[in-house]
Amino acid sequence: MRRSYFLPIAALVGFLFLYIPIISLVIYSFNDSKLVTVWGGWTTKWYGELFRDPQILGAAWISLKIGVISATIATILGTIAALVLTRFGKVRVRGLLTGMVTAPLVMPEVITGLSLLLLFVAMEIALGWPAQRGVLTITIAHITFCMAYVAVVVQSRLVDMDDSIEEAAADLGAKPVRVFFDITLPMIAPALISGWLLSFTLSLDDLVIASFVSGPGSSTLPMVIFSKVKLGVSPDINALATLIILFVAIGITGAWFFMRKQLK
Amino acid sequence: MADSAIAAETKPWRSGTAEPFIRIQNISKIFGDFTAVDDVSLDIYKGELFCLLGGSGCGKSTLLRMLAGFETPTQGSITIDGQNVAGVPASERPTNMMFQSYALFPHMSVEKNVAYGLLREGVPKEQAMARTAEMLNLVKLGNFAKRKPHQLSGGQQQRVALARALIKQPKLLLLDEPLGALDKKLREETQFELIRIQESLGVTFIVVTHDQEEAMTLSTRIGVMNEGKIVQVGEPEEIYEHPNSRFVADFIGTVNLFQGRVDVVAPNEMRITGTEAGDLITKPIEGLSAKQTVSLALRPERISISREATSAANCIPGFVEEVAYLGNLSIYRVNIASGKTIKVTLSNLDIEGEPITWHEDVFLSWNAGSGVVLTT
Amino acid sequence: MSLSDTQNGRTASLLRKMGFSGRGLVIAVPTLWLLVFFLIPFLVVLKISVAEPLIARPPYSPLFVEGPDGWSIKATLSNYAYLLEDSLYIKAYWSSIKIAFFSTILTLLVGYPMAYYIARSQEPKRSLLLLLIVLPFWTSFLLRVYAWIGILKANGTLNGLLISLGIINEPLIILQTDIAVYIGVVYTYLPFMILPLYANLVKLDGSLLEASADLGASPISTFFRITLPLSLPGIIAGSMLVFIPVIGEYVIPALLGGPDTLMIGKVLWTEFFNNRDWPVASAVAIAMLIAVVVPVMFLRMAQTKAEENA
Repeated sequence: MRRSYFLPIAALVGFLFLYIPIISLVIYSFNDSKLVTVWGGWTTKWYGELFRDPQILGAAWISLKIGVISATIATILGTIAALVLTRFGKVRVRGLLTGMVTAPLVMPEVITGLSLLLLFVAMEIALGWPAQRGVLTITIAHITFCMAYVAVVVQSRLVDMDDSIEEAAADLGAKPVRVFFDITLPMIAPALISGWLLSFTLSLDDLVIASFVSGPGSSTLPMVIFSKVKLGVSPDINALATLIILFVAIGITGAWFFMRKQLK
Repeated sequence: MADSAIAAETKPWRSGTAEPFIRIQNISKIFGDFTAVDDVSLDIYKGELFCLLGGSGCGKSTLLRMLAGFETPTQGSITIDGQNVAGVPASERPTNMMFQSYALFPHMSVEKNVAYGLLREGVPKEQAMARTAEMLNLVKLGNFAKRKPHQLSGGQQQRVALARALIKQPKLLLLDEPLGALDKKLREETQFELIRIQESLGVTFIVVTHDQEEAMTLSTRIGVMNEGKIVQVGEPEEIYEHPNSRFVADFIGTVNLFQGRVDVVAPNEMRITGTEAGDLITKPIEGLSAKQTVSLALRPERISISREATSAANCIPGFVEEVAYLGNLSIYRVNIASGKTIKVTLSNLDIEGEPITWHEDVFLSWNAGSGVVLTT
Repeated sequence: MSLSDTQNGRTASLLRKMGFSGRGLVIAVPTLWLLVFFLIPFLVVLKISVAEPLIARPPYSPLFVEGPDGWSIKATLSNYAYLLEDSLYIKAYWSSIKIAFFSTILTLLVGYPMAYYIARSQEPKRSLLLLLIVLPFWTSFLLRVYAWIGILKANGTLNGLLISLGIINEPLIILQTDIAVYIGVVYTYLPFMILPLYANLVKLDGSLLEASADLGASPISTFFRITLPLSLPGIIAGSMLVFIPVIGEYVIPALLGGPDTLMIGKVLWTEFFNNRDWPVASAVAIAMLIAVVVPVMFLRMAQTKAEENA
C-alpha cells in the first residue's frame, strides 16, 4: 500500500526539483527589485535593459553564427564518419576513426579546450594560420566535438536500419551515390535533425572550450553570461534565461506535437 | 517420341543436352573460418521455378546473395544467360531480388517503390508510370498506388515487393523466403498466386525457403542444401519418393528409418537384417555388397494398419500408442517390440468399419517396393 | 547485345575506379579533420608539458633547440614532478573522483524513482513527462547552474523561505560549499541519468513482476530481486553518463563551489588563465588524461563488449 504512494510522490518531488529553479528564474526576471528575497512588483524593465546591452546582443549574434555554422558542418562530417564506420566494409583506418569519434564524448572540456588552444598557437607559430583566435577557432573547436555526437546518433540509426533496403535499391540499378541520396539520407534524416539540434545546443551552451580558444572581441554568449554571473545574480540575465526557456519550450513542444502527428 | 519431346521442352533438365540458363560452377563462400557455401555446382534452366531448400544456416541465402551480387564468391563462377557475372555489381546484374523483410522504401509510396527500378534504368517517367500501373494490376494492388508501405497489410507489402522486383523484367528473379512472413492460410493462397505470376511472365525464379511444403508446391525442381552443400537436386516427386540420403528423407516430409545390414540379394528382392523391426524385405538396388550397412526409408502413408496379420512382404505386430485425428487423415504412433515408434498415416476416407484406436494391438504391413534403400 | 554488354562492363569498371577514389576521399575527410583537430593537439600538449615556462610569447621553451652541435631535444619532467610534490594536485584529483562518485549516487537515487514512474505511466502522460525531463536539457546549462545562485545564497530564496517560516534564524551557508556543488551536479545531470534508466525500465516485461507477485513475493522484494537486477545495464549506462563528465567539470564548482572546492578541471583552468603557467597546465592535462580518460575509455569498451555479449 505504502509503495503505491511512494513512487508518485518521489516523482513529483523530482519534477519540482527540476522546475523550481527554472520557474524562479522566470519570476525574478519580472521582479522590480534587484534582490531576490524582496518582491518589488512586476516590471519588464530588465528585458528593456537586456535589449539595450550591446555586449550581450553582440555575443548572442556571435554565438548564433558559430552555432549554425558548426552544427551544419559537424552534421555533415559526423554523418560521413558514421557512414564510413557502418557502411564501408573493410576500412584501414577504422580503429583510429572509431577511437577518435568516441574519445571526444568522454574527454573533459578543459582538456579539449587546452589542447586545441595549444594547437592553434603552435600552428600560428609554424604556419602563420590562424593569424588570430576568434570566431574561426571557436567554430573549428565546436565542429570537432559536435561531430562526435552526431556520429554517435547517426551511427545508431544506421545500425538499426535494415541493410536490405539499401541493397534493394542497388539491386534495382542504383549506384552507391544514388542509393545514399535516394534511400539512406531520407531514412536517417530524423537522426540528422536531432544531431544538428544537439550540436547547435552544445555549441550555444559551451563556455569552457570557447574560453580557451577565443580571442579578443569574440566573446560568446556563455562567456559574457559567465563573467556577469560570477559576480552574483544579475536581473537582465534572468530576463535572458526566460527568453531562452520560452524559445526552447515552444520549439520542443512544437517538435513533440509534430512528431505525434507524424506517428498518427 | 512425342512424349519425350514435350518433356525436353517443359523439363529441359531431363534431356541432358539442353543449355542451362544459369550456371553455377564450384561456388564457395568462406566468412572468416566459416564455410557458408561449399563447392556448389548447379544448372538452372530458363523458365524454371527452382527452390533452394534447407534449414537455417545451410548456405541457401548466401548462395542467393552471390547470385544477386551482394556477396563475392570466394571461389567459382556464376554465368547468367551466357554472361559471367564475376565483378558485376548488383546494380548492373540482370537479376532482381525480393527480400525476406520486403525491404520496401518506407518513405516512398507503393507506386514510387515499384517504379524505382525503371527510373534508375532511364525509362521516361510517363512510360515508367504506365508500366508500374500495369504491374500493380497484375499483383492486384491497382487501388493502393498512393499508399505508403506502412499503410499496407503484410500480404499487400509482399505483393509490392514482388511487383518492384519484377518491373525491370529481370532474366532471373531471386526470392528470399518470399512467403515467410505471412500466416499459414495466406501463405497457401499466395503460393498459387506466385506460380500464376511466374508462368504469365516466364521469368526464371530461384526461391530460397526452409519450408518443405512450400518448396514442394512451388517448384519445378528443388535443391536440398545442408552445411553449405547441395545434397540432392530433383523434381519434388523425385525428392520425396527417391531421397538419396537419410538427411533428405528425414528433411522432406515424415519418414520411418530402419538401419540394418544387407543380407540376401535376389533379382527382385533383398533382405535387410538386424533392424529394429527385425528382418525386412525390400526391392534391391544396384551396387550393394553383402553385410553393408544400409537404411530403409519408409513414408508413413506407405504402411497399412490392420487388426489381423496380412500376407504382405513385411508384416510386424505393434501397439497403438497414440492417434491424432487431423480431419482428412489420421496419424498413428505405433510401438513395436523393440520399443521403436513407427508413424503411420491413414486417409480417413479409406477407413472402413470401426476405426482402429488407442491401445489396440495391430499389425503394420507394407510391400517390398514401398521403401527406399539408402546407403548414406 | 554483346557490344552493349562490353560497353556496360567498361563503364562499370570506370565507375568503380572512380567510386574507389571517391570512397578514399569520403574516408579521408572526417579522419583527417579529427586527426588534425583532435589527436595532434594532444601531441602538442604532451610536448609543452615537458617544456619550461618562460615569460615570453609563447610562454614555454621550445622542444628542439639549435645549439653549436646542431639540433638537440630539450625536455624536462620537472612539471610532472611538481604535480607530485604539491599536494594540491593529488588532493584535487581525489576530490574530483569523490564528488563525481557521490553525486552519481545521489543522481541515481533521485532519478530512479522518476524513471520508474515514467516507464510505468501510460501514453500520452508518459511522453509528456519525458518531454518535461528533456526540456531543461535543451536550455542553457550555464543558466540552470546560475539559477541555483539565487536560491542558495545567504540572502537567497531558500534562506528567505526558511527564515520566514521560522525554521531557522540564521541563514544557512550553502552557496560556495561542496553541498552546493552536489546540488548543482544532481540538478544538471539528472536527465542524463533518467533517460537511459527509462529506456531500460520501459522494456521491462510487466508479466515478470506479475509472475513474481504470483509466486508470493512482496512488491518490495519483487523490486529488489527482479526490477533492480534487470535494470542494472540502465543504471550503469546512466551512471557513466554522469560520472565521466562530472570529473572534469569546471562550471559548477566555479559558480557554486567555494575557494576550497577542489576539482581537477578548476585547477587546470586556474593554472592556465590565472597563473599563465602553460607547461604545468599541460602536465595537469596529460596527468588527467592518463588518470581519468584512459580508465574511462577501458570501462566504456568493457561496457560495449558486455552489451554485445548480452
